[in-house]
Amino acid sequence: MASKGNTSSPYKKMSMSPKEYQAFAKEKEPPRSVLGNCVKAFLVGGSICLVGQAISELFVHLMNMTPEEASNPTVAVLILISVILTSLGVYDKLAQFAGAGSAVPVTGFANSMCSAALEHRSEGLVLGVGGNMFKLAGAVIVYGTVAAFFVGIAHLILGTGGQ
Amino acid sequence: MLRGKQSWWFENKPVIIGAATVVGPDEGEGPLASEFDLVHPELDMQQKSWEKAERLLLEQASEFAIQNAKMDKSGINFYVGGDLMNQIISNSFAARSLGAPYLGVFGACSTSMESLAIASQLVDSGAATHVMAGTCSHNCTAEKQFRYPTEYGSQKPPTAQYTVTGAGAAIVASTGEGPVVECATIGKVVDLGITDPFNMGAAMAPAAVDTIQAHFNDTGRTPGDYDLIVTGDLAGVGHPIAKDLLMQNGVPMDHTEFNDCGLMVYDVEKQKVQAGGSGCGCSAVVTYGHLLKRIARGELKRVLVVATGALLSPLSFQQGESIPCIAHAVAIAAGKELSP
Repeated sequence: MASKGNTSSPYKKMSMSPKEYQAFAKEKEPPRSVLGNCVKAFLVGGSICLVGQAISELFVHLMNMTPEEASNPTVAVLILISVILTSLGVYDKLAQFAGAGSAVPVTGFANSMCSAALEHRSEGLVLGVGGNMFKLAGAVIVYGTVAAFFVGIAHLILGTGGQ
Repeated sequence: MLRGKQSWWFENKPVIIGAATVVGPDEGEGPLASEFDLVHPELDMQQKSWEKAERLLLEQASEFAIQNAKMDKSGINFYVGGDLMNQIISNSFAARSLGAPYLGVFGACSTSMESLAIASQLVDSGAATHVMAGTCSHNCTAEKQFRYPTEYGSQKPPTAQYTVTGAGAAIVASTGEGPVVECATIGKVVDLGITDPFNMGAAMAPAAVDTIQAHFNDTGRTPGDYDLIVTGDLAGVGHPIAKDLLMQNGVPMDHTEFNDCGLMVYDVEKQKVQAGGSGCGCSAVVTYGHLLKRIARGELKRVLVVATGALLSPLSFQQGESIPCIAHAVAIAAGKELSP
């Protein structure tokens, strides 16, 4: 038999206030290399843009498009590549390395929609895929539109009068 | 019976007569691979959804546990289990297959020891002769429910943890051969205001400290009475914090080996798991797979498993609430001796 429960504790009680503890825990977090992450994001993001530029050049030179005409099919090809990489389970691993580098280009937007669609396929085509596809991308569209509205207003007032 | 303020002392020495663990591919590449009953080579386990895969893990673990205990499933009086899914569906659906009277419990990742403590109490009090405790988690179901779609490209901070894909089940009986459950300490909810769901280790560390100290106060034991004390899933950030806090409070943790299941289940340096493992399955597969086998091999005489749980929901953290945490401790010892 072990001894009966002690009435007085031989140990001190936790004396930290939540504020003190949060500061203490903050100190214990492993540092995140901001510079390293910026460099990785720049390199990967830049590489994605370089691939995009190469695709665009192909459309211009092989299919005799103007650069303006080439932009839509270029974006479509990038989206396709991103969707394929997402489906193969590669894009999320790239993102862990690249951070914003793979999130900011159009490929990141495609990844957010494709991953949500894949994830919720098990809940059916309507409520699953249809209802969840914009789960992450929806916020980008909403605030992209809101931002465009305010930029448009500013442009109207300060700029060329809507021209 | 009640010992101290919040501990149960099991006078009748309930025995773990059989246990089993089933894990996924990442755990199969970890250092404890050989300790698990079954390693699935693929995350989907040929199921149509992640949720079905998680349920399969638990169904297989309970099946193997029954086999390892050399009994029939009709001999299980009660099944006590829980998991991380909304409405603990993995356990409820697995209990449907099992067909035993079922008590669903939820303590997030502390469910492993919560269910084992309840199972032991049921057996010790004479309410049952054979009770199975089980829990499971799956990396992809947890990602899907708590974070983002599994294939979504977001960079996780180094404080984040990797949910273990695995299930563990143990059968506690009033008589038989095996390690003995000596006592359990039920934890209080502790919340020191951490709000970052990517730093659950730091959020849960104070709960582990609170339960460990309560355990020593209630039972009169000291860290030196244990060959090994493990926390459930504090991992690389939370575990050193817990150790610092305990040492600051004067608890001599240097008299024992103090480790964490989240650091044991993976090779944290080589596998890309950020700070380490987490999830209900984390402490379950390490305890039921690795630790019970070490006790059986005679390498450990007495261990204290302090399973830690973060009691948040996706809704609560989106609403800016802090993360309430809990820890439950269960002492498991070799043989049938109940020494001080």
